[in-house]
Amino acid sequence: MLDFGVVLSNFKFLIVQGFLGVGSFGGGTLRLAIPAIVLGFLLGIFIGLARLANVAWIRFPATIYVEFFRGVPLVMVIFWFWFIIPQLLQLPIPEYGVALTAFVIFEAAYFGEIVRAGVQSVPRGQAEAATAVGLRGSQTLRFVVLPQALRNMIPSLVTQIIVLFKDTSLASIIGYVDLTKAAQIVNNREIRPFELYLFIAVVYWICTYSMSRYARRLERRLAHA
Amino acid sequence: MKNSTAIEFRQVNKWFGKLHVLRDFSLKIDPGEVVVVCGPSGSGKSTLIRCVNRLEPIQSGEIIVLGESITQPGVNLSSLRARVGIVFQSFNLFPHMTALENIMLAPVKVRGLTRDEAEKTARALLERVGIPEKANNYPANLSGGQQQRVAIARALAMQPAIMLFDEPTSALDPEMINEVLDVMTDLAKEGMTMIVITHEMGFAKRVARRIVFMDEGQVIEEGGPDSFFDAPKFDRTRQFLSKILSH
Ligand SMILES: Nc1ncnc2c1ncn2[C@@H]1O[C@H](COP(=O)(O)OP(=O)(O)OP(=O)(O)O)[C@@H](O)[C@H]1O
Ligand SMILES: [Mg+2]
Repeated sequence: MLDFGVVLSNFKFLIVQGFLGVGSFGGGTLRLAIPAIVLGFLLGIFIGLARLANVAWIRFPATIYVEFFRGVPLVMVIFWFWFIIPQLLQLPIPEYGVALTAFVIFEAAYFGEIVRAGVQSVPRGQAEAATAVGLRGSQTLRFVVLPQALRNMIPSLVTQIIVLFKDTSLASIIGYVDLTKAAQIVNNREIRPFELYLFIAVVYWICTYSMSRYARRLERRLAHA
Repeated sequence: MKNSTAIEFRQVNKWFGKLHVLRDFSLKIDPGEVVVVCGPSGSGKSTLIRCVNRLEPIQSGEIIVLGESITQPGVNLSSLRARVGIVFQSFNLFPHMTALENIMLAPVKVRGLTRDEAEKTARALLERVGIPEKANNYPANLSGGQQQRVAIARALAMQPAIMLFDEPTSALDPEMINEVLDVMTDLAKEGMTMIVITHEMGFAKRVARRIVFMDEGQVIEEGGPDSFFDAPKFDRTRQFLSKILSH
């Protein structure tokens, strides 16, 4: 028989620590996902714009970066940062730092491609009209191109954010206690896999579903039709 | 203004890769003059006016705008572009801004006006192009003719001394063409220096001081509307005219 008592009795550990990561506790899905999304996207903007630069020595490294990180598995990137960086720097890095760095660097490649496609989706006449009324290049980008690009990016951006959100469960392989790892810890003690994994599936689903709902509303609000 | 010439092209040559688009192109335009440029597709008309505010660089020759050579290195492009407005065939309004915001953007960001000043000017300009009630509409909610009039207002907001028009009515439904041409006619009457690429020969006859027919990057023939339409000197001009006047 199903017995969700196991979820209730471990609720605080699963949600407050495993999912939210609040307090002095060193884990948490949201505590990893939110900064990873924000920082990954910011780095992605620079990489995406660099991919479109006229100057080859800016464009070229950005292209290599994107092609490289899109070509290797995320788990492998996490392992590198876990094993190699502490050796190079000769100092221990906590799981949180390793996981966050790996996610930001890896995801920036994908976000960069989304930004590039978004900017390219804005008709050339837009930048031209802005230039023609005297706006500088950075002003054209900021006031005319990026706002339109961002709106066009929303669907693929949300898909990528959802993927990233779910991928944070991979951080458990280096011992980072996110929601998945927390469920695993409880399960080792209680042996209630069905209830526990069903519960965390529901938690992940509620989060991703609200993200796509919110994105759809945002898209509608930004459509000036 | 002390300069006797508003725009002067001196032996301008422009290539796109191997394609020679402007060939030793020379032309002088006086302040307050309205010049209509026509010619077959691909003859270099758009390229010609895009060189005037340096949306395109040229490879040799010189272009002088309001007494200043704009093809030298170190030209202040922002101030050049403020003095030379351009209106495109496809309007190119910013779709995420209202009509008012489209007009206000450059005055605030480039001329440094406060938002209040810029809004006052923008409303006055919308009045001038005949659509004050559309201030808060987004471009998607404006007809083509209205969009083009907002685009003209947007260019005028920088208080340019010269206005360039690249086929401003050729993307419009016939019933909207006149509302745009009327605005342009008023501008011409107020003494604006204008280069207008258009095949609207009625407009050319009424408004232009001179008509320039170009082909393959060169001036083939130029003249006042009377001599140009009634007694074209060259075969190529005659052929072109018979083609566009026949429909
Ligand atoms: N950015 C560009 N790169 C390469 N070739 C170009 C570019 N812009 C224009 N051309 C070419 O230069 C030539 C002149 O183009 P331009 O747009 O000036 O012609 P046009 O006289 O305005 O023609 P239309 O009446 O069709 O607008 C054409 O052959 C065109 O294909
Ligand atoms: Mg053209």
